[in-house]
Amino acid sequence: MIPIFSFAAIVLLVAGLYVGFFVAPTDFQQGEAYRIIFIHVPAAWMSMFLYVVMAFWAGIGLAFNTRLSSMFATAIAPTGAMFTFIALWTGALWGKPMWGTWWVWDARLTSELILLFLYIGFMSLQAAIDDPRRADKAGAIIALVGVVNIPIIYFSVQWWNTLHQGASVSVTQAPAMATTMLMGMLIMVFASWMYSIAVILKRTRVIILERESHTAWVAELQRKETV
Amino acid sequence: MNWSSASEFFSMGGYGLYVWGSYIVTFICVIGEILLISNRRRTLEKRYSLIHDLNKKEMPNETTS
Repeated sequence: MIPIFSFAAIVLLVAGLYVGFFVAPTDFQQGEAYRIIFIHVPAAWMSMFLYVVMAFWAGIGLAFNTRLSSMFATAIAPTGAMFTFIALWTGALWGKPMWGTWWVWDARLTSELILLFLYIGFMSLQAAIDDPRRADKAGAIIALVGVVNIPIIYFSVQWWNTLHQGASVSVTQAPAMATTMLMGMLIMVFASWMYSIAVILKRTRVIILERESHTAWVAELQRKETV
Repeated sequence: MNWSSASEFFSMGGYGLYVWGSYIVTFICVIGEILLISNRRRTLEKRYSLIHDLNKKEMPNETTS
């Protein structure tokens, strides 16, 4: 599974970057600076999407006491935090030439920053508790409470008067951007998905091995590998 | 094709710092994440084989399949 997703991620990444840099035209307002969109939007979408997935599995782990779902949630957090950081970083580098400022305390930016803190809080809390099962439960609670932030991020551009623009792409309306720009962006979104799946599965496997080290099957596996 | 020369491509219409600053940092994050996970896995494998070696020494009669 992991090689398939890794391969798909690389192919889509190359295709997305090609479309983004060589096919998509120059924006009539923003010039070439808009090309940051090809990482900014996928990263921002992934940061929110991964949080929901993480909270979902953490919640399942909390409700049904299934260890694997909790481990999966733990594995998602660093990748989600990374995408949140990238969204904020590329946003700052985009904001400087377009808005004239790296950072502004408006609703969209602030709620995305809170998302980063939620990821960091989740990871720190789990790291601070020695017993992994208790860490899972404590983490699940912070993850579930934090879900409330996701709709706030998403609708922040409608609810408040923000410097950040509204959504250019929505399910119900035709997207307000050129087709090739949209294509490049969507390919990059799929690349991010494939990348996230590959990386998260890989991290999940490591976490399983770490946590289940006392069990017979890990010892068995080890025996096979060393012989 | 948008670019007539390589230097034009790298300058990004004067926004090179912002565009490449975004792409390079993203690239570093992604590569860094992959390396961190591989490293974590390798450490784990090393530790396990160490434990296994110790077990072997303690139980010399154990048959390994």
